[in-house]
Amino acid sequence: MWLSIRGCGEVIVARRMNEIFRHGLEHRSFVIGGIITLLFFLIAVLSYIWTPHSIENLSIVNRLKLPNATYWLGTDHFGRDILSMLIVGARNSVIVAFVAIGIGIGIGVPLGLIAAASRGWTDEIIMRFNDFTFAFPSIISAIMITAILGPGAVNSIIAIGIFNIPVFARVARGAALSFWKREFILAARSAGKGTLRISFEHILPNIFSILIVQATIQFGIGILAEAGLSYLGLGTQPPSTSWGKMLNEAQTMLYIAPQLAIYPGVAIVLTVLGLNLFGDGLRDVLDPKLRRNR
Amino acid sequence: MSLLHLENLTVSINTADGPIDIIEQINLQMSAGDKLGIVGESGCGKSITALAIISLLPEKSIVSGRILLNGENLLDLSPAEMCRVRGNRVGMIFQEPMTALNPVKTIGAQIAESLKLHLKIGRKEIQDRVSQLMEDVGLPVRRFPLDLYPHLLSGGQRQRVMIAMAIACEPDLLIADEPTTALDVTVQEQILDLILDLADRSGMGLIMISHDLGVIAQTTEQVAVMYTGNLFETGPTAEVFNQMAHPYTHGLFSAIPKPGHSAEQERSRLYTIPGQVPEIHMRPDGCSFADRCGHALESCRTQDPPKIDLGNQHLAWCFNPINRTDKG
Repeated sequence: MWLSIRGCGEVIVARRMNEIFRHGLEHRSFVIGGIITLLFFLIAVLSYIWTPHSIENLSIVNRLKLPNATYWLGTDHFGRDILSMLIVGARNSVIVAFVAIGIGIGIGVPLGLIAAASRGWTDEIIMRFNDFTFAFPSIISAIMITAILGPGAVNSIIAIGIFNIPVFARVARGAALSFWKREFILAARSAGKGTLRISFEHILPNIFSILIVQATIQFGIGILAEAGLSYLGLGTQPPSTSWGKMLNEAQTMLYIAPQLAIYPGVAIVLTVLGLNLFGDGLRDVLDPKLRRNR
Repeated sequence: MSLLHLENLTVSINTADGPIDIIEQINLQMSAGDKLGIVGESGCGKSITALAIISLLPEKSIVSGRILLNGENLLDLSPAEMCRVRGNRVGMIFQEPMTALNPVKTIGAQIAESLKLHLKIGRKEIQDRVSQLMEDVGLPVRRFPLDLYPHLLSGGQRQRVMIAMAIACEPDLLIADEPTTALDVTVQEQILDLILDLADRSGMGLIMISHDLGVIAQTTEQVAVMYTGNLFETGPTAEVFNQMAHPYTHGLFSAIPKPGHSAEQERSRLYTIPGQVPEIHMRPDGCSFADRCGHALESCRTQDPPKIDLGNQHLAWCFNPINRTDKG
C-alpha cells in the first residue's frame, strides 16, 4: 500500500493471499459457509434488480396458492409471491445486520482500543458501562429501544447496533491488551508515537482479522435479532417485508398453510448457519496456528 | 554543556511492601558525540536506565533526580512534549529485532513513521529520505523494496531496519540496548560497525548497553560498570579495562573465557564470580557486592562504599580497590 515500488513484496503478498485461499478451500465449513453466505448476499443484491413479482401486488384471488409455474413457492394469504418476499426479506436482513455491525465496530472498536491503551479509570468506566449494556439480553434491550424510539427498520438497526457495541469493545480490548505487551509497541513508543496513534496505526491492523471473524458471527446474530424484532412487529414495517415479519404473518395461518412459516424459517436457519460456519472457518483460515490442527 | 547528564537518577518501583529502588543515585555525563558504554549483569539496571531516559518505564515506577538532555530536564516535560523527544532527539534500538517490528506493516511504512511524526516534510521527501536511510543501513532499495514485510527479513536485516527507524530523524542521542545480543556472531560485527559508522558520520552521542565486555571495548570511549542499580566504576573505556580498580570489574574480566597458554590453564575451569546477584528486595546494607567480593572489608558490609577518584575521570565506588600496581 505504501510506495508502489514493484518488487517481490507484492508477489509475496499475493502469494500469501493465495495461500489463505488454498487453505480455505481445504476447510469444509469455510467453503460451505462461504457459499451460503455468498448466495445470501447475491439474493439480497438481486432484489434491487429483479423479483419474480412485486411484493406490493395483492391479489386476493390467488391467495394461498401452492407452488406452481407462476408462483414458484406459492403465495401467502394476500396473494403475494412468497419467493419475491423472501428475496426482499434477504435484502432487509442484510441492510439491518450490516449497518448494525457498522455501528458496533465504529463505536465499539475505538472504545475497546482506548480502554486497552489507557488502562486505569478510563478502562474501568468504559468496560463497566459495557458490562451494563451487555447484561441485558440483546432482544430485550432491542425491544426496549424500539419501544422508546418507535418501531421501524431504522430503529431496529439502532437497537441491534447498540447491542453490538459492547461485543466489539470487548473483543478489541482483549486483543489489543495482548499486543500492548509486545516489543514492537515499545519500539513504536520509543519513536515518539502517542498512545492513540499506536492504538490505531499499530494495534488496529494487528487485530483486524479477529474483528472480521467477530463481525461475521455478529452478522448472523444481527439477522436473527432483526427477524425477532420484525416477528414482534417492531422491525420492518409494511409494505416492505422481512423474514421475521413473514413468520409473524404465517402464525395466524399455521393450520391452514404451514408452508408459509416453513419458507422464512428455513431461510433464517440456513443463512445464520452459513454465516456461523463461515465465521468459524474464517477464524481457522486466518489464524495459522489453528490451521494445522484441523 | 553536556549532551546528557544524569543527576542523582533514582528509579524505584511501587510494590505491596513499599517502593523498592532499582536504580540508586546514578550520576553520569556525556558530551555530544561521546560513546558511552553501560555494562553489567542481567538485572543490574542497564535497560532501566535507558528506558528512564526516554521515560518509557513500566507503570508504577517513580523516577527522581534529573535527566538533562542538552540542559533540559526531561523529567519536567509533559507526556506530549516527551513524545517529541523520543524518536526525534533520542533514538533507541532494541535487543530483539525479531519482535521489535510490527509484523503487519511494511518496513518502508515503519521507517517513514517517525519522519512523518517529527519532521514537516512532504510525501516525496519522506520517500526519498526513507530510501536514503535504507541505503545508509546497507539495505539498498533495489534489493530490499520498501513494501517488504518484516517476516521476509533475517534478524540482521531487521536490526538494520530498526537502526534506520532509530536514526531517521537524526537524533542527538542514540541508545542501543544490547543491539547484537540476539544476533549471530558474524552479523554482530557488521551491526556494530554500522552503528559506529553512523554515529561517527552524524556526530550523535551513543549509549551502548551490553553485558559483553568485548562489544563495549570495541564501540565505546567511556564506560560505566553497573551492579544492582549502582555504579561501581566509570571512566575512559581503555583505562577502566586496563587498570580496573573495582573487584567486580575484575571479576567480570576474569570470567571471560581465554585460550589458555599452558595445558594446565586450558583444563582449569572458567572463573566465575562466587554467589549470586542479590534479589532486588533483599539487597544487603553497605556495598551490594560485599558478599561475593574477595576484597571485602568489615566496613563494606555496613557502609555505602565511598567514591574514589583515580584521576583522568576514572572513578570507582569501593572501600578496598584493587591495588593499581599489582593488577593482573
